Amino acid sequence: MEEEKPWALISEVGGEFGYLEELADILRQHFQLICHRELLQNPGLHGPKIQALLMWKYCPAAEPALFRLLPSLKVVVSGGVGIDHLDVPFIRGLGVKVANTPGVVSDATADLAIGLLLASARKILEGHQIALDPKTTHIPQRLMGVEVTGSTLGIVGMGEIGYKIAQRSKGFEMKILYHNRTRRSVADEQAVGASYCERLDELLRRSDFVMIVVKLTSDTTGLIGHRELSLMKPTATLVNVSRGQVVDQDALVRALQLGSIRAAALDVTHPEPLPRDHPLLVLPNVLITPHIGISTHNTASRIVEKMVENAVAAVKGLPVPNEVKSQ
Amino acid sequence: MRSLCYVRCVWRLWGSTKATWLLKVTKLHRSVCQLQHKKVMAEEKPWALISEVGEQGYIEKVTDIMKQHFQIICYKDFLQNPVLHGPKIQAMFVWNAFPAAEPSLLSSLPSLKVVANGGVGIDHLDVPYINSLGVKVTNTPGVVSDATADIGMGLLLASARKIVEGHQIAVDPKTTHIPQCLMGVEVTGSTLGIIGMGDIGYKIAQRGKGFDMKILYHNRNRRRVEDEQAVGASFCQNMDDLLKESDFVMLVVNLTPDTTGLISHRELSLMKPTATLVNVSRGLVVDQDALVKALQCGTIRAAALDVTHPEPLPRDHPLLGLPNVLITPHVGTNTYTTTRRMVQRMVENAVAAVKGLPIPNEVKPN
Repeated sequence: MEEEKPWALISEVGGEFGYLEELADILRQHFQLICHRELLQNPGLHGPKIQALLMWKYCPAAEPALFRLLPSLKVVVSGGVGIDHLDVPFIRGLGVKVANTPGVVSDATADLAIGLLLASARKILEGHQIALDPKTTHIPQRLMGVEVTGSTLGIVGMGEIGYKIAQRSKGFEMKILYHNRTRRSVADEQAVGASYCERLDELLRRSDFVMIVVKLTSDTTGLIGHRELSLMKPTATLVNVSRGQVVDQDALVRALQLGSIRAAALDVTHPEPLPRDHPLLVLPNVLITPHIGISTHNTASRIVEKMVENAVAAVKGLPVPNEVKSQ
Repeated sequence: MRSLCYVRCVWRLWGSTKATWLLKVTKLHRSVCQLQHKKVMAEEKPWALISEVGEQGYIEKVTDIMKQHFQIICYKDFLQNPVLHGPKIQAMFVWNAFPAAEPSLLSSLPSLKVVANGGVGIDHLDVPYINSLGVKVTNTPGVVSDATADIGMGLLLASARKIVEGHQIAVDPKTTHIPQCLMGVEVTGSTLGIIGMGDIGYKIAQRGKGFDMKILYHNRNRRRVEDEQAVGASFCQNMDDLLKESDFVMLVVNLTPDTTGLISHRELSLMKPTATLVNVSRGLVVDQDALVKALQCGTIRAAALDVTHPEPLPRDHPLLGLPNVLITPHVGTNTYTTTRRMVQRMVENAVAAVKGLPIPNEVKPN
């Protein structure tokens, strides 16, 4: 019975870079697993067995060289919703389906986005460092942040995650502006008190917090550059939970150094991680987290479950629930 | 007017050149009179004692609010000559518990009408004692609530999602890869237990609702049904129930004899091992030794504290070395907007007290 389970390729289990054991267990319920390292040790033996490639945090990389080793591959399932790292037309051209895991990522990502906004606005990191510093003798009076309640939040990209961010911000009585390719329904807008900004410029000028929640596509690459940062208030904060490449990082560094904006909080950069000598790492007004938008046990499990659902369907030749047909 | 008559007289008596010279002198005289007049007006402003400006005291920006209504003297300057300065002082502004409203100080302020506190907590003030001297006590409720609720949620999220740890890894010179194991706990849909459902506690509930959190609360008094329904909060008559069911326990009570050591060994052991304690009330509400043990043993997952006892903690305190503790240095109201509002309210209260008018936020002993 064990041998009837189809084979799936993963990066690795355990260690610093692989699936947590508990997540691998979910995979093992439906698949026999082989690690990338093992495959490379004997590609001739292992390669032809593999019907599913289960990508976690971009690994293993879906490159042509890898596909050549996997003649029986039916599906590439990427954990998470972003698929900018996959050449979808190329993969489909090989007769291999592509799937992602939308929906299950949204709450955790929205939570982290608000967490970054609050941590930056209220200088939580700096506060903690002072609280622990061996040289601290007094409570500092000068550790002043900016007010969140009643401020203006501009959401760039009002998809599922963007909308959940709006729902959370409403509790803080934030005035919500949003910019999106398409306008949401009036009912949706009213439910969260969001106002549509047809022009991104208007949102940038009026917002105290600018939240980037778009997909990375050719249209959104470098969406936030010198010009956009200069339109923002000098007291404003940029929060990015989309992809590093949506922001022109050199422009961001300059804007932060010159005070064109107050601060930035980034869960995503390009590359990840940044080179150790990158200026963003030493700016006092930057908060960076290492792409942990979905990093909770709960959400990670649900992502893996959804990956399995999609992979099982593809292997059985059934409709794939979250098939990605175009970029 | 006096100077004008003077000029006319001089002009008639002395002739133009000399009059011109005298006019200049007279202008000077008039300016001096005006200055004296202004000085008289300034002297009509009552005197207020404050801690200090800059350093550990007020940020410079907010002192202009005080100066609109008071002449201010810093504690350090007051101490240089308490006999001279003391009797003038009608109001004392207390910020972060300074200056300390102790008998030794109060006895040198015979004209004191009010101790006006910046902030809502007044556990550092002996209200009955101060009142017995004929001095009123005021605080600044309401204006502190939004910023404190924001910090409560900020600490909850930062702890749950390991934001500080994440940043440290992100900027660490030794980091070569994105870590796979930096896992936090889910906030959306989790259970938030609020202990103390006053103004601040309620605002935390409003914020928690946006995250689809299930909200439990424990309070001396139950809130009205409409209030509960507006935020989807369920009352826990027994605090133990709240402790057992919550994923996040948020402390938002006043510090009183009843709430001192409210959270100790027993309460921590009732909490889930996956739960997080967040404290934005006062350090003494929590038995800190019990908290250290609970965190070391994994009785609870983590703690996030904006308040400790004392503040700051001694540099060798175990809380400072635990990986699952987030501490901020009492920044609950630290935004320019909220700080200004607090000073404005503090001054308003003091002005009313000095003038013998109804005081917006007088604190009466229980």
